[in-house]
Amino acid sequence: MAYLDHAATTPMLPQALDAYVRTARELGNASSLHASGRAARRTVEESRERIGEALGAKPSEVVFTGSGTEADNLAVKGLHWARRASGRNRLVTTAIEHHAVADAVAWLGDHEKADVTELPVDKLGRVDVEVLAELLDEHADAITVITCMWANNEVGTIQPVCEIAALAAPHGIPVHTDAVQAVGHTPVDFAACEADALTLSGHKLGGPTGTGALLLRRDTKLTPLLHGGGQEREIRSGTLDVPGIAALAEAVAHAVRTQEAESQRLAVLRDELVARVREAVPEAVYNGDPEHRLPGNAHFSFPGCEGDALLMLLDAAGVECATGSACSAGIAQPSHVLLAMGAGEDDARSSLRFTLGWSTTKADVDALAAALPEAVERARSAGLS
Amino acid sequence: MSGGVDSAVAAARAVEAGHDVTGVHLALSKNPQTYRTGARGCCTVEDSRDARRAADVIGIPFYVWDMAERFHEDVVEDFYAEYAAGRTPNPCLRCNEKIKFAAVLDRAVALGFDAVVTGHYARKGEDGLLRRAVDPGKDQSYVLAVLTPAQLAHSMFPLGDTPKDEVRIEAEERGLAVARKPDSHDICFIADGDTSGFLKNRLGSRTGDIVDAATGEVLGSHDGAHQFTVGQRHGLGLKRPAADGRPRYVLSITPVDNRVEVGPRESLRIDRIRTAAPVWLGPERAGRFECEVQLRAHGEVYPATVTAEDGGLTARLHKPAYGVAAGQALVVYDPDRERGDSVLCSGTIDATTPAEHSYASASVIEGAAGV
Repeated sequence: MAYLDHAATTPMLPQALDAYVRTARELGNASSLHASGRAARRTVEESRERIGEALGAKPSEVVFTGSGTEADNLAVKGLHWARRASGRNRLVTTAIEHHAVADAVAWLGDHEKADVTELPVDKLGRVDVEVLAELLDEHADAITVITCMWANNEVGTIQPVCEIAALAAPHGIPVHTDAVQAVGHTPVDFAACEADALTLSGHKLGGPTGTGALLLRRDTKLTPLLHGGGQEREIRSGTLDVPGIAALAEAVAHAVRTQEAESQRLAVLRDELVARVREAVPEAVYNGDPEHRLPGNAHFSFPGCEGDALLMLLDAAGVECATGSACSAGIAQPSHVLLAMGAGEDDARSSLRFTLGWSTTKADVDALAAALPEAVERARSAGLS
Repeated sequence: MSGGVDSAVAAARAVEAGHDVTGVHLALSKNPQTYRTGARGCCTVEDSRDARRAADVIGIPFYVWDMAERFHEDVVEDFYAEYAAGRTPNPCLRCNEKIKFAAVLDRAVALGFDAVVTGHYARKGEDGLLRRAVDPGKDQSYVLAVLTPAQLAHSMFPLGDTPKDEVRIEAEERGLAVARKPDSHDICFIADGDTSGFLKNRLGSRTGDIVDAATGEVLGSHDGAHQFTVGQRHGLGLKRPAADGRPRYVLSITPVDNRVEVGPRESLRIDRIRTAAPVWLGPERAGRFECEVQLRAHGEVYPATVTAEDGGLTARLHKPAYGVAAGQALVVYDPDRERGDSVLCSGTIDATTPAEHSYASASVIEGAAGV
């Protein structure tokens, strides 16, 4: 089987799995005062330090959550609520956010009457910073929070997040970035970038599912989503998942340490994949920014084919990929990302995403190249129903 | 795979017969929450989950195919249009004709599959004929009779030789959680089962008269002729009982003047039926022949003499039928108690003729169909 869906989830790194299993055998609630509790707390704090160090954040800026989605919701809603005031009720987002951000923003709009501005993207899927600059010139006082992903989960385009943060900083507007696809795959330095909040997720970088974190500046005010024990800076409550946190730290540390070499390896493999897809299907359209993109991402539209049909045929041939973000699968919706990039509805429905990760080898690319021509031929004869 | 017990067992049997099987659930609405819930229908998110679980247990790949647009155009819109024309459509039959054995089959064949397997209760003989299922209570050959020979050639019905209760037992033995899921009834795209409200939403309300067919006397009013079906007895809202004290039934519906005619049950008695152009599944016959006909799903069977002429069928029933609505299918069977009656052809009912009277009321229905 060729697994080319690492952006959906990537296998746990062996060292992260070891850390998980080792820690899961230990007893202790990190909030308890006795010896077992202190031992658990030590694991948590060491993990916090490792994550902070890997990403240019102070340990106290690391807030553990139960997922990337939770961290995104915490940031978007929490920052908006904390800054909302008379005459200030506007969120600024982009047209290509993951549902974890997009739906949180939409909920604030629908249920809390927040005003929403969506920054457009160009045809490579890159957010237009000029539009933001103009908006800030006129309406900076009305904006509660700006959220822009670090790298897009579908087409892999890397976003000008730090430019956005630099623009927002003089106005004192907090900037959140969903860096779920970026951490461990492209350089991310929280200190160097002026963003105030950054989301990461364990299972996208070799850690366990059900782990995530929000990096949040100490002086940034945020209203919590979950109330309870106040374990994480009174911002996030819930008993800390010690083995999950230990494994997350192990994965983040490893992924960031090996990022440069691994990115080069993946980019070479990815470029080969792109070349061979184009060779097999000359009319395939390569989507996204050809240069400023995640090294493991290749995204194509196959004109005249339905993405769902291709996915099924490739799956039957032992090649696993995705049509878009897995959350919108089931009932096919044309990708909002491709639509925002100016694609027609048919092109948006005819797309496939191939994503590579630490366990990907040339054999996976070979398997795709072998299976693709027949799949495309059949999908094309089935057409766009 | 609808998420029900029948399609799950059909899939399992197809796997066991050595086929390379892929499970497909049809998404029939862009907004599945609006369709009926799992206990009674198909097509909801829960049903999709049930289907997926069944596919897991059977060990086959599973996908959801989005047929919402096609379903809406070919089945739901047709449903509205037929009621608006004073006819009574059968949407399940239309779905088989246009979706399951057309859109789905075409896509499947293009993608490299050989056939569509469903959990319908019907048999396909080695002669390629469509035959009634072994279980007379479950037989669904009626709603499949609209298929063309080409569609039938690419269809498989693995449950036709088994009574329903045995299918449930088999599902239980196979560890399929849907074994005890209730059968689906009613129309899947009408969420609350309120067909009249569903039609009113789209077709609107317009006050019209309920008239005694014999005397022409106005007996009451209604707020839309499309809410009635020929043969309907309940929901007429007539304040006064009939002079003879017997119940009254809807005899005819005329959308043009929004008029509903009612009368005693005898007036529903018909013995001659005219259809639109038939679809032949069995060997095509010319002229007049003896056969059996069925006029609605799970309905009674009538011995009849059928004549194929002038681009349609005329059936003369050997005993009268009651409350036959235009828009339903007339399915012609060649009786065969050994192997199961085989479907010769089917045609959509255009007009009926009362058993004793002339052709008058039929022309009313024909006029309605032209609206």
